[in-house]
Amino acid sequence: MQRKLLFEHIDTEGIQTFDVYRSKGGYSSVEKALKTMSPDEVVEEVKRSGLRGRGGAGFPTGMKWGFLAKPEGVPRYLVCNADESEPGTFKDRYLMEHIPHLLIEGMITSSYALGANTSYIYVRGEFFYVIRILERAIEEAYKNGWLGKNIQGSGFDHDIYVHPGAGAYICGEETALLESLEGKRGNPRIKPPFPAVKGLYGCPTVVNNVETIAAVCSIVNDGGAAYADIGVGRSTGTKLISASGHINKPGVYEIELGLPVEEFIYSDAFCGGILNGKALKAVVAGGSSVPILPAELILKTAEGEPRLMSYESLADGGFATGTMLGSGGFIVMDESASVVHNLYTFTRFYHHESCGQCSPCREGTGWMEKILHKILEGNGTMEDIDLLWDVQSKIEGNTICPLGDAAAWPVASAIRHFRHEFEEYVKHPARHQQINFYDHCHNLASATT
Amino acid sequence: MQRMVKRYPEGKHKSALLPLLHLAQAESDGWLSVPVMNRVAEILDIKPIEVYEVASFYTMFNLKPVGKCLIEVCRTSSCWLRGANDIIRHIENKLDIKVGETTADGKFTLTAVECLGSCGTAPMLQIGEDFHENLTYDKVDKLLEEKKNATTHSRYVDHHTFRS
Repeated sequence: MQRKLLFEHIDTEGIQTFDVYRSKGGYSSVEKALKTMSPDEVVEEVKRSGLRGRGGAGFPTGMKWGFLAKPEGVPRYLVCNADESEPGTFKDRYLMEHIPHLLIEGMITSSYALGANTSYIYVRGEFFYVIRILERAIEEAYKNGWLGKNIQGSGFDHDIYVHPGAGAYICGEETALLESLEGKRGNPRIKPPFPAVKGLYGCPTVVNNVETIAAVCSIVNDGGAAYADIGVGRSTGTKLISASGHINKPGVYEIELGLPVEEFIYSDAFCGGILNGKALKAVVAGGSSVPILPAELILKTAEGEPRLMSYESLADGGFATGTMLGSGGFIVMDESASVVHNLYTFTRFYHHESCGQCSPCREGTGWMEKILHKILEGNGTMEDIDLLWDVQSKIEGNTICPLGDAAAWPVASAIRHFRHEFEEYVKHPARHQQINFYDHCHNLASATT
Repeated sequence: MQRMVKRYPEGKHKSALLPLLHLAQAESDGWLSVPVMNRVAEILDIKPIEVYEVASFYTMFNLKPVGKCLIEVCRTSSCWLRGANDIIRHIENKLDIKVGETTADGKFTLTAVECLGSCGTAPMLQIGEDFHENLTYDKVDKLLEEKKNATTHSRYVDHHTFRS
């Protein structure tokens, strides 16, 4: 049985409200931290837990907190990254929608640890209905004395504000997010200086993902060691996985890190197998940015070991035969899906979302989209496949922020593992000429809801 | 408007630009004209160019008029895998417009957008702040029928969205 730390009470009727959330032990981490722990002790517990950033990069959270500069008389900020926009990822939205107080509680406890009296939750603009839910939860927290001045008589003051984005994937990159929060275009900053030294308004700032901040609650309640007990190796604790694509049970699942990929895909407790009993073809395991893997490599490593849902196991084999856990956006494709066309939707996405600051990304993503469009239309040549490889290789590592790499990796991995499929489009254009914008038809008239 | 400015530290009022542009768009028939952007610049005491450069960067701000009902269909990966293209084509046929166009009566604008974070409930579309998920042709038909008589523009936000 998989333990649940974030979603233990998610099915409880009324858990969105303060009263029900509190009756299930909500806000106890704030109580414990403010009354019995120093801020540094909270940071130490988070270090001990081995918690890693759940937004995608997987950087150790305690270490990130440890980098925060603390100059006298300068405010510090905690900014929650709720700009969830990585294709295939919808876990933060689910958490905020269904158990908003868990995020608010985590924000207060984390802010206490960091010495931040003001924090912001940057929510992607398309999620305005989620912003309403968060605002209501924050209002309740103020009314019950968990936000504002002198929280629960502790002397700690804290205010939380929700800030809307406006439809820019790039603002999920932490420095672009800070620019956006300052009312500017979301162009990533050059690092260093890192936000821990010079972040929001030039002040020391920690930017953490929604799920990361929510995980702090159980780490403080039960201790970092108990959290580290769950999982495997350096992949400790639980992770929210957003499962989508050709599976029977799409949705958000909280898993203990280390769960076998095969069990995740085929067990009725999770994805419930492939839609319509078809065969598995490929998986994008961690959101659109991570390398795609064919069925045989996602289920087992190149050495034939069972692949696990963990940072290390998914990365086993490097980019030659492995991938990344990323944000946990798990996109499944059945045997009928075109890897080339799916890649086209990714590349079009990155072209649209490139901020335009760095030439390799601004120009390269456009070229990749054009070449893929040409191949899909049946006008591609074998040289186009090599050109596509060449373009992606010149974006990777040559941009200020990781969007360039994120755009290059899906292209490189698709060619690496599915070159035959690209060649098929080139060799048999007649079979594909009808396949342009509207291929891969489903009979939606009879689809169930 | 002023209460939005108060959410940010003194002197950092420019931070209120995105929320103010959202509110301004909601109150200006769903798009931002130059006079509307100039008014936002005035309120925040910043240069008009600081507003234009931001408004033109973010996808959610419309710099041209849109129909009363702005339909945004997600077209990325998971939605595409689950039939987003069929949904787009169906709406095109129903409304007799192409993606990016507005119906002659000004009632509907159809757009295809990038991932809206609704991959587990694909295919989906957004109208104003509402997500319409697990779409079928039937659901789309009902939705179009329902929105046909909309008297105000669809909006993401209103003055009750934010805590006062």
